[in-house]
Amino acid sequence: MSARRWADELAAAAVALLAATAAGSLLMILAGASPLEVWRTLAARTLGDAYGVGQVIFRATPLVLTGLAVAVPLRAGLFNIGGEGQMIAAALACAVVGAALPAGTPAVVALPVVLAVAMVGGGAVGAATGALRAYRGAHEVIVAILLNAILGGVALWLGNEWLFVGDGTRTATVVEGARFGELGLRGSGASWSVLVALAAAAAVGWLELRSTAGHAWRMIGGGPDAARAAGIDVARGRLTALAAGGALAGLAGAHFVLGHKHAFEEGLGRGQGFLGVAVALLAQGRPAAIVLSALVFGALAQGGLGVAELVPKELVDVLQAVVVLVAAATLGRVTTIGGGRR
Amino acid sequence: MSGVLELVGSLLTVAFLAQVVRISVPYLLAALGGALCERSGVVDLALEAKLLCGAFAAAVVGHDTGSVALAIVAGAAAGMAVGAVQALWAIRLGADQIVTGVALNLAAYGLTRYLLQVRYGQGANSPRFDGIGAEVWLSPLVWLAALLTAGAIVVVGFTRLGLRLRAAGERPDATAAAGVPVGRTRLVAVLLGSALAGVGGAQLSLSVNGFVAEMSAGRGYVALAAVIMGGWRPAWVAAVCLAFGAAEALQARMQGAGTGLPPELVRLLPYVVALVLLATLRGRGRPPAALGRPE
Repeated sequence: MSARRWADELAAAAVALLAATAAGSLLMILAGASPLEVWRTLAARTLGDAYGVGQVIFRATPLVLTGLAVAVPLRAGLFNIGGEGQMIAAALACAVVGAALPAGTPAVVALPVVLAVAMVGGGAVGAATGALRAYRGAHEVIVAILLNAILGGVALWLGNEWLFVGDGTRTATVVEGARFGELGLRGSGASWSVLVALAAAAAVGWLELRSTAGHAWRMIGGGPDAARAAGIDVARGRLTALAAGGALAGLAGAHFVLGHKHAFEEGLGRGQGFLGVAVALLAQGRPAAIVLSALVFGALAQGGLGVAELVPKELVDVLQAVVVLVAAATLGRVTTIGGGRR
Repeated sequence: MSGVLELVGSLLTVAFLAQVVRISVPYLLAALGGALCERSGVVDLALEAKLLCGAFAAAVVGHDTGSVALAIVAGAAAGMAVGAVQALWAIRLGADQIVTGVALNLAAYGLTRYLLQVRYGQGANSPRFDGIGAEVWLSPLVWLAALLTAGAIVVVGFTRLGLRLRAAGERPDATAAAGVPVGRTRLVAVLLGSALAGVGGAQLSLSVNGFVAEMSAGRGYVALAAVIMGGWRPAWVAAVCLAFGAAEALQARMQGAGTGLPPELVRLLPYVVALVLLATLRGRGRPPAALGRPE
């Protein structure tokens, strides 16, 4: 990759962040707050002490994973907006398995098992979306949105019918061995599941650059016709790309269960799948950049709560959308439309 | 068993038909708006944003002026505002239309909630006002929707504008060579379609006399599914939307009738219907050839 391209991408990300800052300041003025004071408070509440930093890491952890979940299919020209449903399926599956394990199961056994279950759960949803796109020509965005709604309802039904304990909407607690310990940053939520996120980013980087699957995805994303001419099975590539994306979103679901709640709860991780779109686009889909991008959005999310007495906390949602919008304008065309045969 | 019989009986009434119509209006207007936009070659994933902004603007104007007519106009204008950004991004900046649509939806979710806080100091609802309420047959919006539906079918199929926008969506190069400005044609199609979707949003808030945060609840995406299932042909799209309306009205009845089915699953009926149709109904139609491609 040329230095020129790097500079272009960096400039595009900077433009997106500047636009978000400008839009945010305008909205703050609209709400009668002083932008300078809000931005200063936001910085102080996130980077000011160990607790703030820990909370930023805690919020960035699932965003790395949902960002990767968007980035991998995007390589193949597919837009994975199904992170929400993939997370729900994975979180429920890994919470149930995590609670069913024998009480004394050591972490070296329990953690790999529950993480694998989460990846399979999320991956299955992604694969189903991919199959409908690849073999039935149904657009992955619509399918994923419908699946998000359906899986949310099904999880609630399964929970109410069999899985929730007591009167609440929470499943049984997972065994001790299937939990990620806290990092110990002054009572912040940051846990060792951040290592899973970093490992996933590294794995995706390797997969995209060095593996045959990654090569196929890039070819398909570059142009399905050319990929087909080069002998690549486009339908299969689309399916595997969305399955891989689903597995990554599944790990984000696992983070909430294993590193935070220690059970599945109704509404767990809601919105993080959509936020992954913003994370991935700001990073232009590059795994290393996704880690940084997740930290930026993690800081925004945490800081938004910190400035809630100055401006409505919904401000952060608008800023995230502005970043995606501006990134879309600088990125050009990255997705493809049409059925499996085209 | 008697519960099921009662349920079937309740479906053959005028009251049920009214419910279907009331539920179908936002789907109809959003989907026809989407069809107009997509036939011109611009992907319309921003329907959710147009519905939501239309609903919000209609509620604010309805609350402040007390006029249903002005509220409907405000809904259309809000839809067009979203469409203007969408058109600028798609036509001028050559941005990815799918990503743009999703970004606009996220922005609409955040912005309407933010403005709800700023304007009314509330996170979930706008103050109630005299909208249209549950009225159906005397609702001006229902009749306007019928008129707009017929209008959209005629415009796309039988007018010069319709011919131009279909051409822009199929063969922009040939269209431009024939002297028709492709960009401007698409802009007109996007703005008209967005106004329709905005009016659909107005129905959401006016029919419950207030705005509720995230009240579009995925309808924009379902409407786009209807566009695809209707093969991008307005009359078929309208028929699919009525079917969705019937499915949603049916699930409402089933929850009330106590059929013994779990309510969490009954609620999913419209989504499941949409997914099954999407997966099985291939070959009904094909997307406009230049969909999602800049000129």
